[in-house]
Amino acid sequence: MRAALLTEYRKLVTTRLWWILLLCMAVYMAFLAAVLGWGITQGGGMAGPGPGGGEDDLVLAPDAVVRAVYTIAVTFGYVFPLLVGALAVASEFRHQTITPTLLAEPRRTLLLSAKLVSAGIVGLVYGIVGTLASVGAGAAVLTLLDQPTFLDQASTWRTIALSVLALALWAVVGVGFGSVLTNQVAVIVVVLAFTQFVEPVLRFVLALTSWGADVAAYLPGAAGEAVSGGSFYSETGVGSLLEWWQGALVLVAYGVGLAAIGRVTTFRRDIT
Amino acid sequence: MTTDGTIRVEHLSKSFGPVRAVDDLSFQVTPGRVTGFLGPNGAGKTTTLRMLLGLVRPTSGTATIGGLTYGQIHRPLRTVGAALEAASFHPGRTALDHLRLYTPQVGVPDTRAGEVLELVGLSAAARRRVGGFSLGMRQRLALATTLLGDPRVLLLDEPANGLDPEGIRWLRGFLRMLAAEGRTVLVSSHVLSEVEQTVDDVVIIARGRLAHASSLPDLARMARVRVRAVSPDAAGLATLVERASWTRTDAGDPRVAELWDVDAATVGAAAFAAGVELHELTSRDAGLEGLFLQLVGAVETAGVAA
Repeated sequence: MRAALLTEYRKLVTTRLWWILLLCMAVYMAFLAAVLGWGITQGGGMAGPGPGGGEDDLVLAPDAVVRAVYTIAVTFGYVFPLLVGALAVASEFRHQTITPTLLAEPRRTLLLSAKLVSAGIVGLVYGIVGTLASVGAGAAVLTLLDQPTFLDQASTWRTIALSVLALALWAVVGVGFGSVLTNQVAVIVVVLAFTQFVEPVLRFVLALTSWGADVAAYLPGAAGEAVSGGSFYSETGVGSLLEWWQGALVLVAYGVGLAAIGRVTTFRRDIT
Repeated sequence: MTTDGTIRVEHLSKSFGPVRAVDDLSFQVTPGRVTGFLGPNGAGKTTTLRMLLGLVRPTSGTATIGGLTYGQIHRPLRTVGAALEAASFHPGRTALDHLRLYTPQVGVPDTRAGEVLELVGLSAAARRRVGGFSLGMRQRLALATTLLGDPRVLLLDEPANGLDPEGIRWLRGFLRMLAAEGRTVLVSSHVLSEVEQTVDDVVIIARGRLAHASSLPDLARMARVRVRAVSPDAAGLATLVERASWTRTDAGDPRVAELWDVDAATVGAAAFAAGVELHELTSRDAGLEGLFLQLVGAVETAGVAA
């Protein structure tokens, strides 16, 4: 298993994909955190001069503000570790490297396990970079606006750590997804469509029904946000979330469950 | 090297839906020799190799290396080196990085990657991305990958594809050297002439079935010689052929005789003795390639009849 892990890790870091996606994620997250930090704190002020004037607008408690800003990567940036995980499998089929891969390690379950674990490790890097980009840019903007950053509070750092964990788990989900859907282009299209459109819409619609809110909490995006203990959506009142550990379990279940499906479909087939 | 490197394929069959890609195929490949695995495109060579490597599950029959299926071999890259397609590389990876992917699984230090590149003459391109490689360079890199674990069995699918004449000559010498070291070397090709100068044994398949398996000299002995004789005297030629009871095939012209199993000297001497004027007398050595096509053709027509 150690050898397989090292091999999988090397596969991930010897192409350019990982750092290009990582760079995109860092820039995008920093930008979103800065905009959101400014937007939420200044939203009330824009509507009117007094504190009463902003009541119809988005007004959050200061600690909720930082939670939403610092975990922006979990809400909008999880697509990056998800893609890295999914492409770790799909690109093997795209470039037919699955043949030498299986020649080096014919035990297919062990191979998939190594991919799940190694993606989790690389996912941690994405988690750290993505979260720190959000925290860095967010805190800088809040400081400039004379808003509290809450960086001196342990609970804030707990949120930050859980945000890293959530993003790492997203890479594991990616491997599971890529093992079910091995067409690289389809992977990218489905990941973008689901994460940016389908799930947000589903969550919004489900939140309108009495039974739907409970279901919505088990959607992968909501589970990821539950891990970091709060998000832009939940802080702004769109649906409720699970406990952090429940969210983590749900994400792991998505990753391992999809990988299990991939094991009995994609990885059971003849490699021709 | 603990296990014996003999490859055994026994009653191997594989169906893809209604297509029987490999059909009750049995043969054996011995260590210390280069064996040519021959057949036209679509004969089932690659499918057979993939079954041998555990990538494709046989419908029935077995394919083993040293008595074990590929999946049963511990650290398989140390026993078997296989190159199936020259395209199995990520274009964005350098040659060295590609090889270093597998060193942990082979269980050799990373420096081995540089060594095998040296062996195949690719050291200068070690840090270049594979995406910019020519087909010949990819073939060399694929070969280098198979050598990482210093395996006693090598399976190479069409390794000469894309190599220039110099590369082919180099490959020949290289394969001969590997076999001389006692390794089992199986090389597939769709043309016999490509491997004729390299192989000791041949396994010829067509339509997924065995057409012929023997040593190369034994195959060569099966090749029938043929002579083409042209004479303006059709009647004299006919008499000559009849008297010597040679096998003649109809060439569509009574003045042209295609004669089997006789050499030009014999025909020339007989014609001279009989006073038959000859305008042309050519040895038509169908050669191994002709024999190969004949063997393949025999299986293919049998397949149509069945």
